[in-house]
Amino acid sequence: MRYSALSLLRGALNGHRDWPQAWRNPSLKGSYDAVIVGGGGHGLATAYYLAKQHGMRNIAVLEKGWLGGGNTGRNTAVSRSNYFYPESTRFFDHSLRLYEGLGRELNFNIMLSQQGIIGLAASRHELETYRRWVTAMQLQPVDAELLTRDQVAARVPLLNMSRRARYPVYGAFMQKRGAISRHDAVAWGYARAADALGVDIIQHCEVTGIDVAGGAVCGLRTTQGTVRSDKVALAVAGHSSELAAMAGLRLPIESQALQAMVTEPVKPCFDHIVISPAVHCYLSQSDRGEFVIGGGTDLYPSYGQRGSLRGTEAVLGAVVELYPALSRMRLMRQWAGIVDISPDTSPIIGKTPVTGLYLSTGWGTGGYKAIPAGGETLAWTMAEDRPHELIEPFGLDRFVSGRLIDEGAASGVAH
Amino acid sequence: MMRIECPCCGLRSEDEFRCGGESHVARPAEPAAVDDETWSAYLYLRENPKGVHYERWHHRYGCGQWFNVARDLVSHEIVAVYPMGAGKPQLDRGGRA
Ligand SMILES: Cc1cc2nc3c(=O)[nH]c(=O)nc-3n(C[C@H](O)[C@H](O)[C@H](O)COP(=O)(O)OP(=O)(O)OC[C@H]3O[C@@H](n4cnc5c(N)ncnc54)[C@H](O)[C@@H]3O)c2cc1C
Ligand SMILES: [Zn+2]
Repeated sequence: MRYSALSLLRGALNGHRDWPQAWRNPSLKGSYDAVIVGGGGHGLATAYYLAKQHGMRNIAVLEKGWLGGGNTGRNTAVSRSNYFYPESTRFFDHSLRLYEGLGRELNFNIMLSQQGIIGLAASRHELETYRRWVTAMQLQPVDAELLTRDQVAARVPLLNMSRRARYPVYGAFMQKRGAISRHDAVAWGYARAADALGVDIIQHCEVTGIDVAGGAVCGLRTTQGTVRSDKVALAVAGHSSELAAMAGLRLPIESQALQAMVTEPVKPCFDHIVISPAVHCYLSQSDRGEFVIGGGTDLYPSYGQRGSLRGTEAVLGAVVELYPALSRMRLMRQWAGIVDISPDTSPIIGKTPVTGLYLSTGWGTGGYKAIPAGGETLAWTMAEDRPHELIEPFGLDRFVSGRLIDEGAASGVAH
Repeated sequence: MMRIECPCCGLRSEDEFRCGGESHVARPAEPAAVDDETWSAYLYLRENPKGVHYERWHHRYGCGQWFNVARDLVSHEIVAVYPMGAGKPQLDRGGRA
């Protein structure tokens, strides 16, 4: 069924009682042309583009929990493309452009709001660094600009601009195309569109083993039985090391907890996404009125989806210094996701030493913005069995060649 | 909140410590003699297990000592603390030292 203003009206007239299910609930078949492990944004998008752009229909996505229940459903939903190196900017700007048309592409409202992202400079030196960064962006060319102190004050009235503020504001960078969207809708939209093209999305199906014969992948063992396939992609974020080990691979990945939290809802009073890299805190206001607050990762390996109290305190300490008006708001929820940190904080996406086994990991604290481009390029790579040009620099082999793409500074959050 | 037993200072809050990553990663004896794959494995490849992890910690805001910890990465339970240079402690099947 196509969603439209007319279908919404029809739904309203009969009390929204008979909307059809958005995707099927199929059972696992014995073999597929391609299997994707992980029903997060990256896995679902990969399946969608394999079906849509490469005509493959006999595909399954296996998800151990419910779809979108991993980092895709736990993240703060910021998209932007102001990285630093051309490899990253090309890839992430392509992704942002896909986001700009995604609602129409998927016939699903992802509630994209290009309210712009502002990064605060807390010292003269930081502002100088931003000047270099913004210039690099403009040359690529990606939209980015510097804001003066007064321009920041006008755009973010809640900010503590006092000369005696603990975290002074010297200016900022801004990417006006920076956006927030609805993370669940991105997962659901890709799931629904992939399902409509025949992709089997199997939830509550945990992969417990990977069968490799003669250096090539040939099947998977799961909690719902075994399945044969000679093309398998791993898109399991913080669980990448665990899955890769099943195929005999070790990865340059460390899993860490990254937390976020939301306040009670209030009337609209915050128009942009504002990040303060010096003190590791960023926030935006959701359509429901809640402040969505994020910070840095807990700086030790973890698979516990909780987030440390120390991390919560550090973020909230920064929030009340920067935005004194928020100091009396109550927190409604706090949670964490397990993110996959790579040595250069850039993604690792493409082929592996095992024939037919593909990898999408290392998205770390910033892979939500990459979902459309990550899915599209991984699908191309699986269909052609060679790396798509946008992701060629992001292969696993860069750790042997030494050609790292160190975006530690551009990620904006500590890890 | 974790509390970590520093061998010198006793039980202290995790706030005082910094994690130095996986322990027992051996540097190739002759770096110039090994190939790029071996060197890359030494620099970057990690176990990152969903279970007990052997890792180095630094009592940064205390005595300044480095030591090893065996810690469950899901529950964060610390199952052993042992000196730098010592081998991995034997754990029983319940993961205890
Ligand atoms: C708190 C937080 C805030 C963030 N904020 C942002 C942000 O503002 N902007 C941004 O761009 N990025 C952000 N990120 C990062 C972003 O969420 C991730 O990089 C992205 O969602 C990764 O998508 P994915 O599909 O690779 O992983 P996931 O969505 O985590 O999907 C992986 C799936 O694999 C499944 N799985 C694991 N093991 C198995 C198995 N054995 N068998 C079957 N299935 C398995 C999991 O259940 C999970 O559903 C944030 C992350 C967190 C945690
Ligand atoms: Zn000590």
